Amino acid sequence: MTNQMNKAPEKVTDLSEAINRYVPDGAHISIGGFTINRNPMAAVYEIIRRKKRGLHLYAHSNGQGVDELIGAGCIDRLEIAYAGSGRFASTCVRFKKAVQDGEIIVEDYSNYQMTLRFLAGTMGVPFLPTRSGLGTDIVKKWGFEKSMRKDDPKIPDKKLDIINNPFGSWAGTSKVVLVPAISPDVTILHVQKADRQGTLRIEGLPFADVVQAKAARKVIVTCEELVDTETLRGNPDHNQVPFFCVDAVIHIALGAYPTACYQYYDYDPVYLNNYRNWAGREDSYQGYLDTFIYETADHQELIDLIGNDRIKAIVADPHTGYATGLDRR
Amino acid sequence: MTDNKDYTLKEMMAIAAAREIRDGDIVFCGTGISMLAAMAAKHISSPNSIIFFETGAIDSQLAEVPMAVGDSRVMHGSAVNGSLADAFATMQNRFTGQLVVGILGAAQIDRYGNLNSTVIGDYHHPKVRFSGSGGAADVGSFVSRTIIFMQQQRRKFVPKLDYVTCPGWLNGPGGRERAGLPEGGPETVVTDMALMGFDDVTKRMYLRGCYPGIRPEKVLDHMGFEIDISQAETILGPSEEELAILREKCDPQRLILGRLN
Repeated sequence: MTNQMNKAPEKVTDLSEAINRYVPDGAHISIGGFTINRNPMAAVYEIIRRKKRGLHLYAHSNGQGVDELIGAGCIDRLEIAYAGSGRFASTCVRFKKAVQDGEIIVEDYSNYQMTLRFLAGTMGVPFLPTRSGLGTDIVKKWGFEKSMRKDDPKIPDKKLDIINNPFGSWAGTSKVVLVPAISPDVTILHVQKADRQGTLRIEGLPFADVVQAKAARKVIVTCEELVDTETLRGNPDHNQVPFFCVDAVIHIALGAYPTACYQYYDYDPVYLNNYRNWAGREDSYQGYLDTFIYETADHQELIDLIGNDRIKAIVADPHTGYATGLDRR
Repeated sequence: MTDNKDYTLKEMMAIAAAREIRDGDIVFCGTGISMLAAMAAKHISSPNSIIFFETGAIDSQLAEVPMAVGDSRVMHGSAVNGSLADAFATMQNRFTGQLVVGILGAAQIDRYGNLNSTVIGDYHHPKVRFSGSGGAADVGSFVSRTIIFMQQQRRKFVPKLDYVTCPGWLNGPGGRERAGLPEGGPETVVTDMALMGFDDVTKRMYLRGCYPGIRPEKVLDHMGFEIDISQAETILGPSEEELAILREKCDPQRLILGRLN
C-alpha cells in the first residue's frame, strides 16, 4: 500500500468493503478512542466477523476495542501502554488471559511514549525524545526479541534507546529516551462528524486520534453524522483532520457502541458489565461471540439485539454530553 | 469492610488522600478512588486545586464521578479539552510539571516507592498480567510529588518488584538523578490501614501514622519489608463534614465507594 494523498471527492463506502480492502491479514493497525470512549466498535466487530488474523496492533489505552480484537483471535502482536476498561475491568479480561497463555506477544510502553511514537510518524521523523521511563523496566525489558526485529522490516531494530543530552545539560536534562516512530498500515477512528470527502470533526477530547490518523498509510473513519462540506467548512477551526488523510468514510450511527460518543451517547454499563462477566469463562465468552458478533450481519443488527430501551437510556443530555443520572452500577 | 460503624476504610482512604492535596495543586487523577480524593479535596479544603486527566481534560468540573479517565464526564465544563500529547507535555514541562501532584495505584510497591502495574512473575511468561503503565510511568517520571494508593498486603509491599513500571526514588538517594530523571518523587502512600512517607535523606518508606484503632505492628504484619514505625501518629478519622461531602457530593451512587457495610 502506498502512502499517497487521497483527494478523491467521494469516499463514502460500506464498512465491510473498507475492512476487506484496507485490513488484510497481518496488517499493522491502530484504533482510536480511549478505554470506554469513542472506540470504533462497529469496525472492530466487522474485523471480528471477517475473521481477520495475524494483526499487529498499536495501542495507548484503547480499552474495549483492544480486548475484543484480542479475544476473538485477530491479534498476534501488541504494542501497548494500558489494557483496561476503567471501573468495568481494571485489566481487560481477554488481554490478561491471552498474555498469560502466551497467545500474543506484547511490548510495553507508557501512554506518552506511544503518543510520541504516533506523533513521530505524523512528523516524518524516526523517533522523538522524552524523559519518561528512565530507570524503569519499560526501558530495560523488551517484549519483541532481537531476531524478530531483524526479520521484520516493519518493526524497528530496537524497542527504544537512551542517549546523553547532545546539548550538554541544556533544559536541565542529562539523558533522554528515544522512542521509535509508528506508521500503521491503517488507523480506524469513530468520530462525531465527517463529510463525504473525509474532513473530520471530533467533539470533546480527541485523545490521540489525530496523530494516529496522520501517522497511518490508510485511514478508515466511521461517523455518527455525515454532514455537508459547507457545514464543516463554516467552522474550520473545529475540524482536526483534513480530507486528504482519509481513505474511507462510513456513516454508522452508534458506531462506537457499547463505548461512549460525547454529545451523542454514553457507554452502556449493562453491556460492559456483561462482557466482563462473560469474558471470564470460555463457554460464556464463546456464546457472547456467537450471539452478538458472528450471528449478527452488521452493527445495526447488534444494536437491534440490544433493543430500544437500553439505547434510549444512554442517549446524551445535550447540556452535559453524556447520559446524566444514568444508572452505572 | 468497616472498621468503625461510622465510615468505611475506602472512605477513610479517599479523605486521607484528599488531605494531602494542597490548595492550588494541579491534581493528576487516575481511575477510581484517586478521582474521589481529588473531588473531595476540591470541595473540602483545596477549592483552587485543578483536576487534570491524562486524556487531556483540564480543570474538569466532574458533576458525576467518571468510570474511567476517558469517560465523557471528564470533558464537561473543563477549561480545555486537549489531547494526550498536551496532557503529558504539561507534566513534562519544567514549569507546569512542578505544580502537579500525581495520584497513582499499583499491584506492588517497594521501600523506595517504585511501582509495578505490569506483571507478577517473568515478563515474558507472566503468572499474572495487569493493565500496564498507562500514564503511570510518565507521571512518576515527571511530576514533583506523587500520592500512591495501595492495599495493605504482604504480597503488595515487596522487597523487590517483579517489574518496575513507574519510577519512585529508584534505589535511594541520588537514584533519580543518576537515571536522568527530574527532581521529585513519591511523597505519601495511602493504604487501608495507614499513611507512609519517605525519609528526606534515605528516601526509604516510614510509617507516618495509622487510622484509628490500628496499631503500627499490625501494619508491619501486612508488609513484606520492615519500615521505621517510631514516628507513627494516630490519623484522625473523617469528620462529619468530610464524610458528608464525600458521600453526597462526590459519589452519591457509591460507584467507587462501594457498599456502606
